[in-house]
Amino acid sequence: MLRFVVRRLLQLIPILLGVSILLFAFVRALPGGPAIALLGERATEESVERIETELGLDQPIYVQYGRYVRNLVQGDLGTSTRSRQPVLEELKQKFPATVELAFAAMLFAIILGIPLGFLAAKRYLGFLDNASLFVSLIGISFPVFFLALLLKYVFAIKLGWLPTVGRVDVTRSIEHPTNFYLLDAVLTRDWEGVVDVLKHLVLPAIALGTIPLAIVARITRAAVLDVLNEDYVRTARAKGLDPSVVDRRHVMRNAMLPVVTVIGLQTGLLLTGAVLTETVFAWPGMGSWMLEAIRFRDYAVIQGGILFFALLVSLTNLAVDVSYAYLNPKIRLSR
Amino acid sequence: MSEPLLSVTDLEVRFKSRRGTIHAVNGISFDLRAGETLGIVGESGCGKSVTSLAMLGILPRQAYPADGSVMFGGRDLLRLKDQEMREVRGKDIAMIFQDPMTSLNPILTIGRQLTESLRRHLKMDKETAREEAVSLLDRVGISDAGDRLRSYPHQFSGGMRQRVMIAMAISCRPKILIADEPTTALDVTIQAQILELLKRLVSEEQMALILITHDLGVVAGVCDRTNVMYAGGFVETGATESLFATPRHPYTAGLLDSVPRLDASGKQRLVPIPGTVKTLMEKPTSCAFAPRCMYAVDESRREVPPLREIAPGHHVACFNPVPESDLPQGAITEAR
Repeated sequence: MLRFVVRRLLQLIPILLGVSILLFAFVRALPGGPAIALLGERATEESVERIETELGLDQPIYVQYGRYVRNLVQGDLGTSTRSRQPVLEELKQKFPATVELAFAAMLFAIILGIPLGFLAAKRYLGFLDNASLFVSLIGISFPVFFLALLLKYVFAIKLGWLPTVGRVDVTRSIEHPTNFYLLDAVLTRDWEGVVDVLKHLVLPAIALGTIPLAIVARITRAAVLDVLNEDYVRTARAKGLDPSVVDRRHVMRNAMLPVVTVIGLQTGLLLTGAVLTETVFAWPGMGSWMLEAIRFRDYAVIQGGILFFALLVSLTNLAVDVSYAYLNPKIRLSR
Repeated sequence: MSEPLLSVTDLEVRFKSRRGTIHAVNGISFDLRAGETLGIVGESGCGKSVTSLAMLGILPRQAYPADGSVMFGGRDLLRLKDQEMREVRGKDIAMIFQDPMTSLNPILTIGRQLTESLRRHLKMDKETAREEAVSLLDRVGISDAGDRLRSYPHQFSGGMRQRVMIAMAISCRPKILIADEPTTALDVTIQAQILELLKRLVSEEQMALILITHDLGVVAGVCDRTNVMYAGGFVETGATESLFATPRHPYTAGLLDSVPRLDASGKQRLVPIPGTVKTLMEKPTSCAFAPRCMYAVDESRREVPPLREIAPGHHVACFNPVPESDLPQGAITEAR
């Protein structure tokens, strides 16, 4: 198992290198550039050239790329042209916000989606099954930003139960050793802070988690239906086991295999695709950061951010494969 | 004669389907005595597996609750509460299924699956159950039993898996073992080994065995009595020997005629039964076999023939049984 993980981690190197080349080219293929974005449409040619020289953009592209990789290897992702901050520092701020939101959303999807899918399968074609199909279809086809606005309008503005924007109340000061606010609040034993952070998480997590919830529920339902028809489930029932034991030990454990895959893929998507939700809830995460960077042609930030996304998605996939091997002895032992 | 151990009366099983109700089993009755081996033979789709699932109360969810009665130990199994029935299942009546490749849970160790019923029914603790599992594997002929407990099903061959299934089934010393096509999915050489194993265990444990199969050779070698099933009903029942020597129902005779035989001359061709089994969308009102039968008479097409005793212990459901003079030349006269 350890060898497998190490091998997969080494495989990451060429993957990330490939992504970085594509990125480098694509980013520079965008019309405009950082100089024009900074100086505006009516900037003089001389000032644009001066800034491009300053940023090294007048060099041939392979020279630029060579320098970028050399810095990358030393852990330097470059400097944002807009904020003049090192990209790595900004990343350390933004990325925990996104991870916190994505995990909360996924937790919401898993905790509700798996039981819902299971019950739907057990009541195959019954009321609950049809109801869950209906709800899932709505969940999948409802635009995320619209759901986010709706949630915000009803629960934050009309009812006033939950905060409208941000990760934590602006008047509250909590310490940030990790920038994972929930973790920070727990670490510093700031229990009121924990509650505050959780309150801020609820609406964005529901908005972001609804599509994964629907998908997880549908996949769980299909997987459970499949497994319920398996001969070994009949064997388990023929042994006289209690239905709850049959469901837990024989049905659910087998049905989890495809569900885990979907959870992994969805987590990857959430980590990289929360732009709309982050915008509606003014969530200071990677999504809104990337959007800004693209608007300002902030090459270093776009490259650093997307490279990091690629890393995240690869690691999520690795986690899925590892858990798959854990769940399925056939994979574990035939390696 | 002693009281029967199990007494099935007018068992009926129907399924819901999109095209209407399917009548899978239409009022079959039979007794099983302690230590007896009974064969139930028929083509696929005739209702023999459904019969066994109904007795255990594990019909698939598309089935209506079974009608009739299944008396066992003074109780009607069909009327028991779920919880009471679970005490019977696996403990008093255990079952082996057709396909050992799919009948074991692929993600649990053999040990876990073997000890499951021991712990459930005999309330053994983990360690005792493990020791018992080792001796069970030993008894079904799996060596290195201690190590094998930690293995997963995919590390076993088909024959080995069926041995594990058998070990699981006999683990709580059931009074009745139901084996549903236990050798169909296995190689011929393995088939013989598994049948031998079943025969030995049944006599050692004095279990009653219901062997469900489409293979007449299997029945001939193992069963005291044989019931031949067609379209959800028994068409001929009797001691295996007399049934094979003098099959009086045209269907039984046809089945025996369609078995390839080594001692037949090279030019002799197998005689297939024409036509196929029809799915019964309504309860039969005439002999279900009549459309495929060369012996059918007018009566066969008007009403359902009842089982009648035509020789001591030998029953036939036919208005025009095959005359003894007309017995098929291929009838197997001695049990293999």
